[in-house]
Amino acid sequence: MNTQASSGKYSAGVKEYRETYWEPNYTPKDSDVLACFKITPQAGVPREEAAAAVAAESSTGTWTTVWTDLLTDLEYYKGRAYAIEDVPGDDESYYAFIAYPMGLFEEGSVVNVFTSLVGNVFGFKAVRALRLEDVRFPLWFVTTCDGPPHGIQVERDKLDKYGRPFLGCTIKPKLGLSAKNYGRAVYEALRGGLDFTKDDENVNSQPFMRWRDRFEFCQEAIEKAELETGERKGHYLNVTAPNIEEMYKRAEFAKEIGSPIIMSDYLTMGWAAQASLSRWCRDNGMLLHVHRAMHGVIDRHPKHGINFRVLAKMLRLLGGDHLHSGTVVGKLEGDRAATLGWIDLMREKYVKEDRSRGIFFDQDWGQMPGVLPVASGGIHVWHMPALVNIFGDDSCLQFGGGTLGHPWGNAAGAAANRVAVEACVKARNEGRDLEKESKDIMTEAGKHSPELKIAMETWKEIKFEFDTVDKLDVAHR
Amino acid sequence: MSEMQDYGSRLSDPNSRKMGTFSYLPQLSPDELRKQVEYIVKMGWNPAIEHTEPENTRSNFWYMWKLPMFGETDVDAIFAEIDMCRKANPKNHVRLVGYDNFKQTQGTSMVVHRAEMTA
Repeated sequence: MNTQASSGKYSAGVKEYRETYWEPNYTPKDSDVLACFKITPQAGVPREEAAAAVAAESSTGTWTTVWTDLLTDLEYYKGRAYAIEDVPGDDESYYAFIAYPMGLFEEGSVVNVFTSLVGNVFGFKAVRALRLEDVRFPLWFVTTCDGPPHGIQVERDKLDKYGRPFLGCTIKPKLGLSAKNYGRAVYEALRGGLDFTKDDENVNSQPFMRWRDRFEFCQEAIEKAELETGERKGHYLNVTAPNIEEMYKRAEFAKEIGSPIIMSDYLTMGWAAQASLSRWCRDNGMLLHVHRAMHGVIDRHPKHGINFRVLAKMLRLLGGDHLHSGTVVGKLEGDRAATLGWIDLMREKYVKEDRSRGIFFDQDWGQMPGVLPVASGGIHVWHMPALVNIFGDDSCLQFGGGTLGHPWGNAAGAAANRVAVEACVKARNEGRDLEKESKDIMTEAGKHSPELKIAMETWKEIKFEFDTVDKLDVAHR
Repeated sequence: MSEMQDYGSRLSDPNSRKMGTFSYLPQLSPDELRKQVEYIVKMGWNPAIEHTEPENTRSNFWYMWKLPMFGETDVDAIFAEIDMCRKANPKNHVRLVGYDNFKQTQGTSMVVHRAEMTA
């Protein structure tokens, strides 16, 4: 209860946050934005006080009472800590649940929501570490955001690809190829059977390969591979640029030459730029692939930062047709249950709370289209059965080294991956267990494809078995 | 390691053209195809048959054979329609689609008969 408001008199000074911002009897409204923070407090700070402090600092509060508080209805505008829970397997930290009233936020502005939720509060002295684990976006907010420019179904229709995951490949080496040599690598991978090739996240317009030259050579590669294979192809032309004017210039040129898809790095480019580019993509019939470079800085530490499931939800709201989601099985970090949780948040219309997958709230997406999860990084043909099982058809599986590192070159590497994915889809549809029978399924497929057979021999010993740093919170004692 | 092989896809060779899902595998046997049809039925998708002249494969719209078989769950009946379509259009590719009316797209699509290609 806000004692100040009830007494009606102004009295200067510092109050305990919990007097105003801790309301254990509060029932959240459907229109509230809800957040779950993992709080690691400074020694001696009571749980309720730290939770209330986070609610205050991420909404209306400041460190001292001010007379202008009395000019508004703070009772309405304040965030409320309404629940505290133990973190399984952790004595030091706990979850605090905070409800924010709808009037705190600008409609359709992901930027505004996060400037509040993860703003000054993350530097707040009373907490030693703070992590935003999940956010429930109310339906009113979802419907005021643009969302993905096209979504998974439209992408399938535009590209005429059904009943299997999409296949892609990031061109390597990441940096240093000339535009024509780069285009050669693109052409070889596409003619071999991939749907997409991809610019790496940091391929922009460096001196060794300016963007315009890259775009032109890649488009020629796409067009020839399409004529040759009879299938539709694309290359994610990265339009991430030093400024927005340049970003639009590159996007416009990609459209002019007939590219079906462009890409962006949403975290380094900025969220407002991402929202603008996504809107441009919808207006111009362009698919948008989104890379998450920098996410590890934000989401990897288990006690501080923002969980990736929140960054994934944010991207769905900002707009993008593809988003990198981790592979579970490759060289990059990714807990399996947590990954399954956030790929559902990317693709499904309604996702139920499920603590076993790290999902703290029901999330209703209304009619907003889904984002295609992209599994990329250190994966090869032997991972295919597990990938098809984990990600299902509505995904894009990207093999960089796993295509370009094939002993016979990109086209053979691409064909090996295409045969492998089709063999896995066929086996799954027949009711076979992909992970238990993976060796048999792959070996049978290799009999009809020399490209796959040699790929299986090349990579049979390569595994990436390091423990995950950012694990789901589960009791382990 | 076996000897390095060339990848033999050519603009000039019509057999280099691929046709979506399962076109990188050997032609499905009737038994294998039956299992895929059973999968379409199991998923609750509506089977539909389309066909086209080999020179017009790139169009989004192949010729629809009759109407989609809404609610059809008899695998033999679906096979019989595929056969009828093939016999009536012997020079055309034939594909089987599974419409997913909840996702409002095709759950799957596969070419079940590949006609002779000359261009």
